[in-house]
Amino acid sequence: MNIDSQTDEFRHVQTAHCENGVTTALLRYHGLEFMTEPLAFGMGSGLFYIQIPFLTVNNGPAISFRTMPGAIFKRTCKSLGVEVTRKKFSNPAAAEAFLDQKVREGAPVGCQVGVFHLSYFPKEYRFHFNAHNLIVFGEQDGRYQISDPVMEDVTSLSREELSRVRFAQGPLAPKGHIYFPEKVKPITQDMIRKGIVSGIRRNVRDMLRIPGNFAGVDGIRHTSGHIRKWRDKLGLKKASLYLGQIVRMQEEIGTGGGGFRFLYGAFLEEAAGYMQDDRLANISEDFTKAGDMWRASAIKMAGVYKGRLTEQKDFEQIADMLLDIRLVEKEAFEKLSRLNLGK
Amino acid sequence: MKKEDLPQDAGALDKFTREVCYVKNQVGRYETALSKGWDVKKQALDSAWQEVNERVEEARKAVENGEKSPVYYFMELRLMDLPVLSGYTGFFPFFIKRHFKPSVFKGLSERKLEKYARAFDITVSELKNFKG
Repeated sequence: MNIDSQTDEFRHVQTAHCENGVTTALLRYHGLEFMTEPLAFGMGSGLFYIQIPFLTVNNGPAISFRTMPGAIFKRTCKSLGVEVTRKKFSNPAAAEAFLDQKVREGAPVGCQVGVFHLSYFPKEYRFHFNAHNLIVFGEQDGRYQISDPVMEDVTSLSREELSRVRFAQGPLAPKGHIYFPEKVKPITQDMIRKGIVSGIRRNVRDMLRIPGNFAGVDGIRHTSGHIRKWRDKLGLKKASLYLGQIVRMQEEIGTGGGGFRFLYGAFLEEAAGYMQDDRLANISEDFTKAGDMWRASAIKMAGVYKGRLTEQKDFEQIADMLLDIRLVEKEAFEKLSRLNLGK
Repeated sequence: MKKEDLPQDAGALDKFTREVCYVKNQVGRYETALSKGWDVKKQALDSAWQEVNERVEEARKAVENGEKSPVYYFMELRLMDLPVLSGYTGFFPFFIKRHFKPSVFKGLSERKLEKYARAFDITVSELKNFKG
């Protein structure tokens, strides 16, 4: 990571994705200096694809390019044998009291928050999205010191502001969710390698062998099939808004670009070093290619919501691009599966 | 994505932060780089906001014409939908839908109005007296 700013013992880390960032910064604070964002993402099997059926988010399709919120922190810590504490609260006062106690102990903690009331975010980004993560690492002049991993530098929030975002409402409501590593034992190179292997194998399972047709690599085909029908079914205006929603989920701040695919490529490259295995570096190239293809599809989709492309054949072309991406990702994960790592 | 291809199109993040992206450097290794933004996604965000603004305007007209209550307008203004508003107020979506009717809204108790006002970040009188 290139931008680290020093504040006492805790060092702010800027990352592409908030949960990776919280995981990385907290583990580094507890002495695991080797931790990086790609490593946390890969060990936590962060790459995914799903179009959740029957659900709409902000009046558009519910599509995600990564795994469930909270899973990356949980899995990465578990695979390194790090004990974690996580708590949710029904009462905001109790949540605040618990946080204050941790702050007095001087321990940085991760908090799940909603972004709608997050005062330092630009207004344009403040939708009702409740799975953002940040670190509280101290208190100064009655304000909490905040390290938000997507930001270049640290910031602060008042008591009321923090309590409000910790008790945001709606889908995935954080309920004051607070989490931190409890006990960190020394980590050997061998443990890191084991964590990498189990992370990759779980990711192969999630992408290739998950049941149903709307998740994993098959989920991409599912969305592709939907896109072909959107123009007739929803009308051009709504169909283009739906495409805009896909692009936002794929490229907005927090993804590292290309729907997390570049981030996974970076993980495999790093993993190749740990495992002394060039095959991983080669497969990393496949994910770079997938990321580039996602970016190319975004440019095409932008043509539609900018109003330049309006024909059914444009929607067909976009749907075909997604099918090509599916093939690339399917093959890449099959290659990973055939490596028989750790056997 | 190659490092030199990383877009630097200023957008909504401009005064807030630059974002980390993962890019390939000259020797083909991954590294992080900071981007100011990308026009492709800026336009996606812009069109989402255009849609929001249209919905708010439609809601305002509906209140003006006496078809919907102010609860409906402020729900749209705060980008909420039924599950979110239900979370903030504690009312079930079924009842919230009823409160969209101007005739039902008129009879709401102070306590219920206060819950709505708090969810919308406004005063009770602003809620009651909104005419569209």
